[in-house]
Amino acid sequence: MKVHEYQAKEILRRYGVPTPRGEVVESADEARTAAKQLGGRVVVKAQIHAGGRGKGGGVKLAKDADEAAELTRKMLGMTLVTHQTGPEGRVVRKVFIEEALNIDKELYLGITLDRKLGLPVIMASSQGGMDIEEVAHKDPKAIHREAVDSILGIQPFQARAVADAFGLKGDAYKKCVDFVQKLTKAYVETDASLAEINPLLVTKEGDVLALDAKMNFDDNAMFRHKDVLEMRDLNEEDPLEVEASHFGLNYIKLDGNVGCMVNGAGLAMATMDIIKLAGGEPANFLDVGGGASAEQVKNAFRIILNDKNVKAILINIFGGIMRGDRIAEGVVSASREVGLPVPVVVRLEGTNVELGKEILAKSGLPLITADGMWDAAQKVVSAAKQAKPS
Amino acid sequence: MAIWADKNTRVIVQGITGREGTFHAVQCREYGTKVVGGVTPGKGGTKHEGFDVFGSVREAREKAGANCSLIFVPPPFAADAIMESADAGIELIVCITEGIPVNDMIRAHDFLEKSNVRHVAEGRAASRLIGPNCPGIMTPGQAKIGIMPGHIHKPGPIGIVSRSGTLTYEAVGQLSRLNIGQSTAVGIGGDPLPGTNFVDCLAAFQADPLTEAIIMIGEIGGTAEEEGAAFVKKNVTKPVVAFIAGQTAPPGRRMGHAGAIISGGTGTAGEKMKALEAAGIHVVKAPSDMGQRLSEVWKRK
Repeated sequence: MKVHEYQAKEILRRYGVPTPRGEVVESADEARTAAKQLGGRVVVKAQIHAGGRGKGGGVKLAKDADEAAELTRKMLGMTLVTHQTGPEGRVVRKVFIEEALNIDKELYLGITLDRKLGLPVIMASSQGGMDIEEVAHKDPKAIHREAVDSILGIQPFQARAVADAFGLKGDAYKKCVDFVQKLTKAYVETDASLAEINPLLVTKEGDVLALDAKMNFDDNAMFRHKDVLEMRDLNEEDPLEVEASHFGLNYIKLDGNVGCMVNGAGLAMATMDIIKLAGGEPANFLDVGGGASAEQVKNAFRIILNDKNVKAILINIFGGIMRGDRIAEGVVSASREVGLPVPVVVRLEGTNVELGKEILAKSGLPLITADGMWDAAQKVVSAAKQAKPS
Repeated sequence: MAIWADKNTRVIVQGITGREGTFHAVQCREYGTKVVGGVTPGKGGTKHEGFDVFGSVREAREKAGANCSLIFVPPPFAADAIMESADAGIELIVCITEGIPVNDMIRAHDFLEKSNVRHVAEGRAASRLIGPNCPGIMTPGQAKIGIMPGHIHKPGPIGIVSRSGTLTYEAVGQLSRLNIGQSTAVGIGGDPLPGTNFVDCLAAFQADPLTEAIIMIGEIGGTAEEEGAAFVKKNVTKPVVAFIAGQTAPPGRRMGHAGAIISGGTGTAGEKMKALEAAGIHVVKAPSDMGQRLSEVWKRK
């Protein structure tokens, strides 16, 4: 789960992590009032769930409250395109007004899970503002790393090593040591999967603050963080994906025209892959889960058919413990209820597969049966190609 | 022979009185697995579907001689169930549960490591965790410890290791249709921090005299496949066929499994396929080719 910058900073402040003073606004008037309170000279920042906002025109400096209001007026409702949003961009619905500070240094500080170590790892680099992936690619030695112990958490000497790696001295050094410890505590205690401060700001006055903040969270742990869950912004998510999640379906929309409905995440990915190998383009990833009941198949049909690009659908179910005839019955009844505007290729595996195929064939519905994944992929791709252009 | 699970493995089911636990305990027993009971805290001393129910794993180990635990406990309590089994000295812990928080697993792994040091120091076997978020482990004709469909398997010489449940079934189905049996199929699970990884399984299959060839099924995210490839290059002499799911997956999106995500440009299928090929592994692009390709590179004895 992702949150906006202003929300990430709200969470971080609860852990004593210093951030610039700021206020989130939804109108130009609110922006003017906020800017006045913050001393006039402010930074106006578009709030969307994507990085690269600065380059896309979503972060601007205002010299006074009137300019802050004017910039906010322009920003609200605009579609911001960055390297992370894709060409369609994101609509700006909220703007964050933040006090402008005197920048001395811009650094990078991030924490995320290292899958190889099995522990959270702190990453620090002096190249603030740059993507850490880019730094890792060009000069991996420029990144200082500290693993966070699963029981003891971060130790003071590790925080000092980070401050040393930044080359900080005096007041800034001490404040940085404190910052690193508090940020790590926030990361662990909120079940975050990413806490990225880029840039980490050192001011001319020697203060250390989170100038930008990005936090992602472990979806599986959100049951114990109701306060974080409340920060979820559905405007930032694909409406079809949100709807699918209500049905317990794992759906991700893609750009192709071959819809797919599969049980199991690995098989669902493999189905997309084989559609591509057969010369088609998958329209989605969809895992209906282990059961693949008539109800789930029906919900999945509705979600897939909501995507107007879909010209044909491939159902690929490895029944396993579920009987093939039961799955076939489910597919038929769901198809009847939904009404199928496009051809559907069904590949079933499991016990009583032959009986299942018979049920599909006798249904009188536009259901095409297939033997194995390759046959299914070829049939669905050719069906999609034959479809009339809409 | 096979790896880690055979007809002598004595299984208890943690969470046996739950819906999933009940259903699969019965399915495993019907397959012929020695299911010697189950554990549900507070319900010790009762019977459920003909199984003895114990109040703790320690009790199940002492009274029923269990050496393997199959876990169906809900996500918030699953890490605790894993640690309880490890503490009791259960040798094989198979966790089916999907959706365990990463922080819980970090602590469970730490606990497991420490309890293993203790067990080994005291002359007992160390615990192995398979999963979480996996279908389990299957030695055809001997033991089905998990949620996989038993009937598609047949005993034979091919070892399978996979991060995906249904893709394991796909590989098994393809092999069985070609009349090629399996020694053991291990689902290592789709989570970012699995207890058993590709390297563990590849080492065990290489050492197992009855395994003659291996299928490994990976997917996007992490570097476990690359580590497996490096291990194969150095240590594995048996032929290995591999498939990587997610060749068409968009970056930055979690593809169903918690661990299946391309982040910061790393963990792509292309990278993994390249590393596997460089290690002399036979990589297939289409998931439908796994069985066929294996039959070409493995010579029936």
